[in-house]
Amino acid sequence: MKKFSLLSTRAGALFLAPASALVGVFVIIPFFWVIFVSFTNRTLLGRTAVDPDFVGLQNYFALFNPATFFTRGQFGFSLILTIQFVLLSALIGQALLGLLLAWLSQTVTPTLKSFLQTAVIAAWILPEVVIGFAWFAFLDYDNGTLNMILRGLGLPPGDWLLQQPFWVIVFFNTWRGAAFSMMLFNSAFQSIPPSYFQAADVAGATSWQKLRDIALPLIRGHVVTDLILITMWTFNVFTPFLLTHGGPSYRTEILSIYTYRIAFKDFEFGKGAAVGVVIMLMNLAFALVYLRLAHKKPVEAE
Amino acid sequence: MRKRTQNIFVRRTIFAAAATFLGTIFALPLVWFIFAPFNARAELGLAIPSPFTLSNFATVFQNTFAMQALLNSLIQAAGGVVLVGGAATLAAYALSRSPIPGKGAVTYILLLFSSVVSGSAAMVPIFLIISAAGLIDTHLAVILVFAGGLLPTAMFILRDFIDAIPRSYEESAMVAGASPLQAFFDVALPVIRPGIVVVVVWAFVNIWGSFLIPFILLRSDKLMPASVAIYSFYSEAGTPIVTLLAAYSLIYSLPVIALYLFVNWKFGFRFFGGIKS
Repeated sequence: MKKFSLLSTRAGALFLAPASALVGVFVIIPFFWVIFVSFTNRTLLGRTAVDPDFVGLQNYFALFNPATFFTRGQFGFSLILTIQFVLLSALIGQALLGLLLAWLSQTVTPTLKSFLQTAVIAAWILPEVVIGFAWFAFLDYDNGTLNMILRGLGLPPGDWLLQQPFWVIVFFNTWRGAAFSMMLFNSAFQSIPPSYFQAADVAGATSWQKLRDIALPLIRGHVVTDLILITMWTFNVFTPFLLTHGGPSYRTEILSIYTYRIAFKDFEFGKGAAVGVVIMLMNLAFALVYLRLAHKKPVEAE
Repeated sequence: MRKRTQNIFVRRTIFAAAATFLGTIFALPLVWFIFAPFNARAELGLAIPSPFTLSNFATVFQNTFAMQALLNSLIQAAGGVVLVGGAATLAAYALSRSPIPGKGAVTYILLLFSSVVSGSAAMVPIFLIISAAGLIDTHLAVILVFAGGLLPTAMFILRDFIDAIPRSYEESAMVAGASPLQAFFDVALPVIRPGIVVVVVWAFVNIWGSFLIPFILLRSDKLMPASVAIYSFYSEAGTPIVTLLAAYSLIYSLPVIALYLFVNWKFGFRFFGGIKS
């Protein structure tokens, strides 16, 4: 028997209209508009703000100009910094730490588990400006909690935001985002039948062997999902701006902050749009991989 | 046998120690926040307030700019949430229940676009569209931009939710003579409500906490949400007024904490945490 439809096509279109309008104007049009603007010399102020000229690929040539590509404060420097930032803080930091946190959560007592999870999740849910300010206080040279602890342990304190700004944003982003990986792996581990682990216990397996030989192969799909999502988010994150403003001397200027500076500090909208297009192309690559994997029925290995 | 029990004991202790250590590391940057708001002489250093006082909060409540900023955050988050919740529910219902051709592709493409057009890639065109519409420096600008950005994910969550509800609910209502609209409002909507709550909470937390969009789109002080306004609590010399900032940050974080506890209590946090832009 053919199911009769609950909503006619016309009513369905009507139901879809408000969402389509909003997404169309604020997501889809910007996508095409940014491509268009990237071929112009549009600025925020002055004559070219109203009447920009078509400049072809000039903005892209400026970005990829080999003479300045790797110079501090230029596109290539920022791109490489971003790749390092993603590798260290997302793929190594958040994913590995999240895995460790989730694995620990499976074995420790409930009280300890809720302490651990509360601390990790608090870092993740609080508004970014609050977190930024908390870290500003945490890292303060004279009075900050970190240097207080270091002095207490007899170690030399440091002015971390000036001396090691890049490592600060790496640790910051790891700390800020580990909760997502932890929660994802938590639910992944809980989907494994407990009898698998019990059988391994009887055989005398260590925790490491259980993780390596039972858990990890079974949650391979979750791991891939996690890696792609946190890569995309970290690639686009703007929060480090709240800690360092991209400085000192561009040393923490990841691509999102670079775009902001070019467009809203230097007022070069055309060039800023070109950076936006490059970012979107990379996002597109990540998203296609992700949607392709997510669309397949999750094939749990073995 | 005894050796093995001993081993398990040692192992348990190591795991417990590692968990305590990591939990402490994660908590450390936030410990300062537990004390500073209640310390009338708070500085950037960690100090137990003596005495505990609420005077910092009194200062915040007397600061009209600070209070206006919280109200602005509320206006923008509430406006965005109403649009996202309403439009996403209608759209998700249509995608689940109407015979519109190519709806699978629509969802797919929307998700793709929304993950490609991120804040950092889209700041230039979003600024241009908002200025072309003459909406720069209005609440509406922030509300609309967030609604557009959050909608695809919201629709996706809700469509999954509606797909899981048996069609027979509405079918029996329509057999009994209800119109499609009645079937939607009186039968489907009450069943979907938990899904809508999840989406609404998620959207609220996202808008309430975000910095970049209002930072770009707003200029005048009287429209700034708390996330941007907080940066004006610096003295002339550029040093932060710590007492005010600490208390204000806590007040500003409270809705997020409350919503987290609510969702955790009501639904468990596992899935809800899944998406965050």
